[in-house]
Formats: sequence, C-alpha cells, structure tokens
Amino acid sequence: MNFIRFITGSIKIILQGSKAYYAWLIFLLLLILWGGFGYFGQLSEGLIKTHMRDSVSWAFYIGNFTFLVGVAAAAILLVIPAYIYDWKPIKEIVIFGELLAVCAVIMSISFIVVDIGNPLRVWHMLPLIGTMNFPMSMLSWDFFVLNIYLLINLFVVTYLLYCIFFKKGYNSSLVLPLVLLSIPMAVSIHTVTAFLYNALPARPFWNSALLAPRFLASAFCSGPAILLILFQILRKTTQFEIKDEAIWKIAELMVYAMFIYLFFTIAELFKEFYSGTEHLLYWKYLLFGIGDNKEIVVYSWSSIIMGFIAFVLFLIPKTRKNFLTLNIGAVLIYASVYVEKGIALIIPGFTPDVLGQIYVYTPSMTEIRTAAMIFSLGFLLFTFLVKVAIAIVFEDYNIEVLNKKKAKLISEIKS
Amino acid sequence: MKKENSRRTFFKNISLATFSALALSGCDMKALKEFLQQNFRTLSKKEKDDIVKNLQVQYKETYGKEFHVSIEPAMEGVLFGYALDLSRCIGCRKCVYACVGENNQSRDPQIHWIQVLEMEKDKGIDLAHSNVHYNPDKVPEKGKSYFPVACQQCRNPQCTTVCPVKATWQEPDGIVVVDYNWCIGCRYCMAACPYGARHFNWGEPKVPSDEINTEMHYLGNRPRMKGVVEKCTFCIQRVRVGKYPSCVEICPVGARKFGNLLDPESEIRYILENKRVFVLKQELNTQPKFYYFFGI
Repeated sequence: MNFIRFITGSIKIILQGSKAYYAWLIFLLLLILWGGFGYFGQLSEGLIKTHMRDSVSWAFYIGNFTFLVGVAAAAILLVIPAYIYDWKPIKEIVIFGELLAVCAVIMSISFIVVDIGNPLRVWHMLPLIGTMNFPMSMLSWDFFVLNIYLLINLFVVTYLLYCIFFKKGYNSSLVLPLVLLSIPMAVSIHTVTAFLYNALPARPFWNSALLAPRFLASAFCSGPAILLILFQILRKTTQFEIKDEAIWKIAELMVYAMFIYLFFTIAELFKEFYSGTEHLLYWKYLLFGIGDNKEIVVYSWSSIIMGFIAFVLFLIPKTRKNFLTLNIGAVLIYASVYVEKGIALIIPGFTPDVLGQIYVYTPSMTEIRTAAMIFSLGFLLFTFLVKVAIAIVFEDYNIEVLNKKKAKLISEIKS
Repeated sequence: MKKENSRRTFFKNISLATFSALALSGCDMKALKEFLQQNFRTLSKKEKDDIVKNLQVQYKETYGKEFHVSIEPAMEGVLFGYALDLSRCIGCRKCVYACVGENNQSRDPQIHWIQVLEMEKDKGIDLAHSNVHYNPDKVPEKGKSYFPVACQQCRNPQCTTVCPVKATWQEPDGIVVVDYNWCIGCRYCMAACPYGARHFNWGEPKVPSDEINTEMHYLGNRPRMKGVVEKCTFCIQRVRVGKYPSCVEICPVGARKFGNLLDPESEIRYILENKRVFVLKQELNTQPKFYYFFGI
C-alpha cells in the first residue's frame, strides 16, 4: 500500500514542474521520436542503414558504449575525494553519483543492443540458458561487470532513498561495504571495456598496454564534468549545500586526470612516431588523413582543441574559480572526450583495415538518430530519477507528509 | 538462490514477451521453435535431423527447388590444409566468383569471401599499398602481383576465442565454422580477425533462386539471414565428401592446392616438403593452415 502511494506520489512529482522543466521534457520527447523513427528503419532493414561495413565493422555505436561506460565509472569514483576531503554532503554525492551511474550503464547497454545484428538473440549469451563463452570472451566479462555494477548501484541508491522516504535510519553495515565495493567495480567496468579492444593482435592501434589507463584517465575528465554542472544546478534550485571549494576541488582533480591523459597520449604518440613502424598508419589516418581520405581529421582535431582549451581553463586558478569559464571548460572536456571515444578511438582501429584497404567511415543519419534516441531516453530517465531524489532528499517528500495529506483529505471528506 | 529465481522469472517473462510479440506479428510456431533453437553443438542427432528436414522444406517453399542440407561431420584422421602458389596467380578473380556461386553468398549487398589484393611488384608483399578494387581490361598487368586472401583457417583462431556465445568454433578437421542460427551479430570476431576473412550480412542477403546451389551443409553454404557473420569454410559441403573446394577447381592456372595435412602422400604435404612456404602475419601466432609459396 505504502509502495503504491510512493509510486503515485513519485509520478505526481515527475509530472509537476516549471515551464523550463516542461520545455526540457518536450525537447527530449521530440528527440526520442525523431531518433526512434530512425532506429525503426535500422530494425526493419538491418545495420545496412548505418555506414558500418566489413572494413569498419564497429563504429559510432560501440564508441558511444565505451564513452558511457566511462561516465558510469567516473560517477562513482567521485565518492573517493568526497570522502577523503570530507565534503559535507557525501550522502547526496553518493546518491546523485549512483543515479548517474545507473543511467549511464543502462544507456551503454542500450548501445550494445542497437549495435548487434540480432538483438532478439541476446539470450544466447545468458549463463545456463545460452552458451556464454566465459571466461574466454572479454564480452562475457563485460556482461558480468556491467550488470553487477548496475545492480549494486541500483540497490544502494534505492535503499538510501527508501530509508529517507520512510524516515528510517539506514543500515550502514549494509550500505558502506556496497559503496566500497562499487569503487573497484567502477574501475573494473572501464578496464574490462578497454580489454575488449586491447588484446586483439589484429588491431595494432588498440594493442597498447596504455589503453586501459588512458580509458580511466579520460573517464575521470568526462564523468565529473556532468556532476560538476549538476551540483551547481542542485545548489541553485534546492537546499543542496556544497561549498565552492568542493566544486573547485573536483575541477582540480579533473586537471590532474587531464594531465595524466595528456601524458599517456604523448607517451603513446612518441613511441609510434619515433619508431615509425607500419602501425603508424592508423595514427596518421586519425590525425592527418591518408591521401585524400581526410574525413576523420576534423573529428580528431576538434576533440584535441576542445580538450586543450578545457585543460588550460581548468589549469589556471583564476578561470577555474570563475563559474562561467569553469562551466565552459566542463562542457568542452565532456564534448572532447565524447568525440574521442565516439570516433577517434574506434575508427582508426579499423582504418586502414587488416588488409590495408581504406574504407572511409563517418556516422550515417540512422546512427546519429539512434544515438540521439538513446541519449534522450537516458536523460529523460536521469531527469525523472533526479527529480524524485531531490523531492525525497531536500523537499520533504516522505511518508509522514503523505500520511498527513491523507488524514487531511479524510477529515475534509468527513466534514 | 534468490538471484537464480529472479533470473528464471526474468527469462520466463522475456520468452513470454517474445512469444506474444511473435504471435502478434503473425508468425507461426515454426518461427518460435527456430527462435528457441539451441547452439548447434549442444543438439542431439535427432534434433539436428529435425532441423535439417524443416530447413529443406522451408528452402523449397522459398526457392522452389529440392535442397539437400547435410550435417556431415568431420572425417577421422583428416586435417585440411591449403596452399597458394603466388607466382602463378594472375589475379583473374575466377575463384572469387566461383566461391560466391558455390557458397550462396549474397549478390546484393555483395559479399565476397575471397579478396584478391593487387600489389606493386617492387614493393613486395605490402598490404598497406595493396588495392582490392583493381579493374584493368586485362590481367595480369605489368609490374603487378596478386595476393588472394580468404579465411586462413588458423590453428589458433582469435575469432572463436572472442565470440561471446560460442557461435563459431574449429571443427576436428580444422575448419572454422559459424552457427548462423546462434550468432548474435556482435561482430567481435570481425574485429579480432587479422585477415578480413569474416563478413557480415548488413542487409537481407539476396541470392537469385536460379543461381542458388542446392547442395548444402548446415555449417557452410546454406542461406544466411540478416545480421549474422559468415566466412570461408573450405567448401565444407564439398570437402567432407571428398571433393576439392570450388576455388581450387576453378583456378585456371592451378595456383590453388588443397589436401589432408595428416596424409603423408597428399599434395599439400608434398608442397610443405618441397617448397618453402610462409603464412600471412606469422608474427600474430594465429598459425594458419593456409600456406603461400612461390612455385616457379
């Protein structure tokens, strides 16, 4: 009974909001429709609606998947500094970080589902029912770590919100170990995803031990960028209190991550360019194009330039502590990592292909629309979850209030 | 234990949902049966026979011809090997199209299991400067050499290792095959293959019914569906009944050799014994059973 009231109450909360909130919802719904019709075309005609072909057999979808795994991982890793530096609202940071992680994992799994040729056959991969190739296939590892990560985060955040809603104290001997477990799990989801590409001798572009460390470093740039902006919005619109210092600290940690990422990348580039083996071809294709095939160069350089500007903005204390430049930097680094993971990581792995042929890939309209559908569905889910969480955590949406309302209603009816 | 239960109920719900989806879309029990069909390697002899019988009926309905779908297993004491004489190959691509016809590869979108690379003679064997889309009036061209590549039938195949569902494996006679009904289409194997040997059905494959080869093997040239991976099987439908692969038969210059690596009297063993052979991308330790050599 209480649960039904919780659900109806939550639906009410989701449906009520300012004009800006409705505009945001309508914007997302339109994007979902536009993207959904694109995806429908792919469902009926096959992946031929994408620009992927035998030469470039993975592309934008799998890149988006990789990016979102990074976001999911970084959302939880922010708990470490929150704990070490003793930012006051650690419980809130855990809650919103986990909500972001849950949505990002769901979105990343969705990108896998739209990428595979026979989505209805996914059950072939399930243990016991199907014939999962565990432990040999890295994809089976990814299946486990992503799902466990999703379940842990979903459980912890639901449990915490449930306790606040019912005004119960939460059992910290249950929550703490799970939060602590979710931290190495966050590292492992991104590491396993890197290993997916890493150990394929057929693809020299990925076959570098630095791939997983670079993944983690770049995730530490993009994931906190979202939370940085979210925390500012929450601070303005709710009673959520987070000191400026904490936000600047997040930015400072992001600078370290960017620096490490830069260092790893330079180490990789030095090795490739100085040794100058035939493996250089992939980097050449990414950065300068090969012959007339320069279509991907604009992606790689836009990512580099955006990332570099963000690095400078975050590095200089003055611009880091100015919220306008800070937010510009956060958006830029997010976009930079998105392009890097979405295009610059995957495409050069396949171009030139294993037989030295160049097939020029850029995403098709169907791919862009399908990605827009998944992102707007993910944002919609995140918006709803955050809205309910805000109501529970900051706006006194709890069982007592519901009971009072009920009592009031009954007395009104009686009188 | 609880988790187990929830997974079961989850699966039950999923199958129920799928069932109703299939029912709604007007599909019959056959489609459902096909959907619930298990991995080929876990099926019993009877189940396999049933499936084959159904397929023959289904293909007859689609193409209007009598079909024979074989599930002939590997012969004992046989390990197939292939050798290609690069000094003889003239780049005519007859093998490519013989393979397309024999193995029912889709004509539109076009799928070729064999890729012939045109190379500059003065660059040696150099993939980075090779061209698969060469189109002169006459082959061979002066200054060019030709390098056909198909599945190298590795002893240590990466593609089967990475498959998340065990839909592709190496048979006892060394042929790497795909269960088209089990492949989920994730294309991890394509990322892992160093030879570009795996091909994906990006759209609905089309083979004209007057050109379709009715002599089929379940793990080989039977019609594929949209969204699955396919590859060279050394013409499994032919070699398991003692015939040569069709590319070997068609080659006008006799550049292609095939045989049993375990038979000391075979032609392939003669080549290994008397010619110096090499394998493509030896440094990757895939250990192909496809050898290249220069016979003249």
